[in-house]
Amino acid sequence: MKPQKQVIISIGREFGSAGHEIAERIAKRYGLSLYDHNLLREVADSHNVKTEELEIFDEMKHNKFLYRTVKGMSSSPADNVALMQFNFLREKADKGESFVVVGRCSETILKDYPSLISIFILGDMEHKVARVARLYGKSDKEAERFIKEKDRKRKKYHDSHCNSKWSESHTYDLSLNSSTLGVEGSVEFLSEYIDKRISRMK
Amino acid sequence: MIAQILAVIIFLAMFILIITEVWERHIVTLGCAVLTLVLVFGLCMHSPSAIIETLNIHSIFSTGFWHTAGEASEASAGINWETIVFIAGMMIMVEGMANSGFFRWLCMKIAKMVKYQIIPIFITFMLLSFVLAMFIDSITVILFLAAVTVELSQLLKFNPVPMILAEIFCANLGGSATMCGDPPNIIIGTSLGFSFADFVTNTGLIAVVALVLVVIYFYFIFRKELTENAGKIDPSTLPDPEEAIVSKRGFTISCVIFLCAVVLLVTHSQTGLTVSCIGVFIAAVTLITSGKDALDLLKKVDYKTLLFFVGLFVVVGGLEQTGILTILAGFIGKVSGGNLKVMIAIIIWVSAIASAFIDNIPFAATMIPVIDSLAAAQGIDISILAWALAMGTDIGGSATPIGASANVVGIATAAKSGHMIKWGKYCKAMAPATILVVLVSMLMIYARYL
Repeated sequence: MKPQKQVIISIGREFGSAGHEIAERIAKRYGLSLYDHNLLREVADSHNVKTEELEIFDEMKHNKFLYRTVKGMSSSPADNVALMQFNFLREKADKGESFVVVGRCSETILKDYPSLISIFILGDMEHKVARVARLYGKSDKEAERFIKEKDRKRKKYHDSHCNSKWSESHTYDLSLNSSTLGVEGSVEFLSEYIDKRISRMK
Repeated sequence: MIAQILAVIIFLAMFILIITEVWERHIVTLGCAVLTLVLVFGLCMHSPSAIIETLNIHSIFSTGFWHTAGEASEASAGINWETIVFIAGMMIMVEGMANSGFFRWLCMKIAKMVKYQIIPIFITFMLLSFVLAMFIDSITVILFLAAVTVELSQLLKFNPVPMILAEIFCANLGGSATMCGDPPNIIIGTSLGFSFADFVTNTGLIAVVALVLVVIYFYFIFRKELTENAGKIDPSTLPDPEEAIVSKRGFTISCVIFLCAVVLLVTHSQTGLTVSCIGVFIAAVTLITSGKDALDLLKKVDYKTLLFFVGLFVVVGGLEQTGILTILAGFIGKVSGGNLKVMIAIIIWVSAIASAFIDNIPFAATMIPVIDSLAAAQGIDISILAWALAMGTDIGGSATPIGASANVVGIATAAKSGHMIKWGKYCKAMAPATILVVLVSMLMIYARYL
């Protein structure tokens, strides 16, 4: 059921941990909009530019030798695309909207909003490998390499935009290993936690 | 020998750390400055006099720091406090102007004057960028000009990127025309004792000729892109320039202070007032006239940039005191075989290429003692080398997205509206213009002084 108060649920995740699926189910359960890859489309629409023009720079880490920062302004398209998404999320939060957001450093970008609940989903490697191998049609070895590469990129992206560290428990309100409860169990557990948090919100 | 090696290592480490942005650049230069003072001057050279000379605090208390009678002041080593004080003063004045809405008003007024037609806006904004950058730092010029360009592009339905790129180039070019336009020029002018008029009549003339060429160049390469999707719009639906003025009183005061600053700078060789004196004067007037906002203005001063300069001058002082820069000057002299044409070519092209990739401020600060020593050793008029250095460092920065601060600010402003400018797009338009202007500058220096 849609909460009466403003609620922003930020979900960070390891690749293959089913974090995205969990986010989708939570968004559905609470009747909230979900921002993931579609966030960029909304940002592009709001600026009247093609999504593809921004997509190539999404969640990329910039090369320090190729770009410069002056007074907080960067010449890196990757930084600027990230900034556009961060500003979009802040605008939504400022308007009092409730939503679920996957990744995009949202747990740090929106940490000053009292309505934020930040969650990180991790998983055991064997479970992640099995899931990625099944979904992407890869061998176990390929899947493991793929997972490590994706997580390395996510960590780099996150840590280059935030002072906090990606996947570290101090960065989030709650970290959950989805391998222990499965997707359904994790959603149930997180819903209980979210309900309790909402009831304590002023 | 150890002192020389250490000075070079500290200098190179400073450059690498500035580029990689591991720490903020003022932290890097100040850290490297402390290392220079302790390791190079203290432990290796045991030279308290090198420390005193490099810190150069005594210069602030000399009459020549505030007023020069007749001849230009002599070049001094170490921290160039005159540059730092002048830049601080200009920062306060520019903050006051920005607060009053001056820049936005000026941009909107010009757009209205040309009846919101895209190509006339394009050309007038290039000229405006050039003229403003002659007196105000190019970051501020682009910050406002690019923002208004984006705003107009949304209303008039044109792509703002070509216009922003042309504005960036003209801001960097305008900066080369005067002594106060670009930090390398301020450092060159105050270190080697040149006046505002010296710059205007030398680099200024080159810059004006180059401006004519680049306006034609940008017009031909961008005219199609600019007018592609342009639509007709009723000018009455566009914002009134007067709306940009935050306070009428503040606006009038800002205009008067700005005009005073221009007059004082233009006449400083006649009045004998140094740029540091002018900087302190305009800052004081701005603060006095801003009343209760004075504290806010002081808080907005970019102290980090001023500290960056302090650290930078000490590190370069390390190279100077250990004789590294004299060795470098000797090397240039040797390579050029004493031929002035070759020397000018080396200085202008090396400065331009280096400034396209690294910060032109540390580069210029390093090169000043080099050309000073080169001129003395080869018996050449230092002004010729100074103009080559100024044009090379000021213009070279336009070639790449990371070459100058104005480039970064323009690119970031375009990006805020969803227009990403990649290296390829940037360099395709700007690198040929840079090569053209550097070439023209070199040929004009050859024609005029040789």
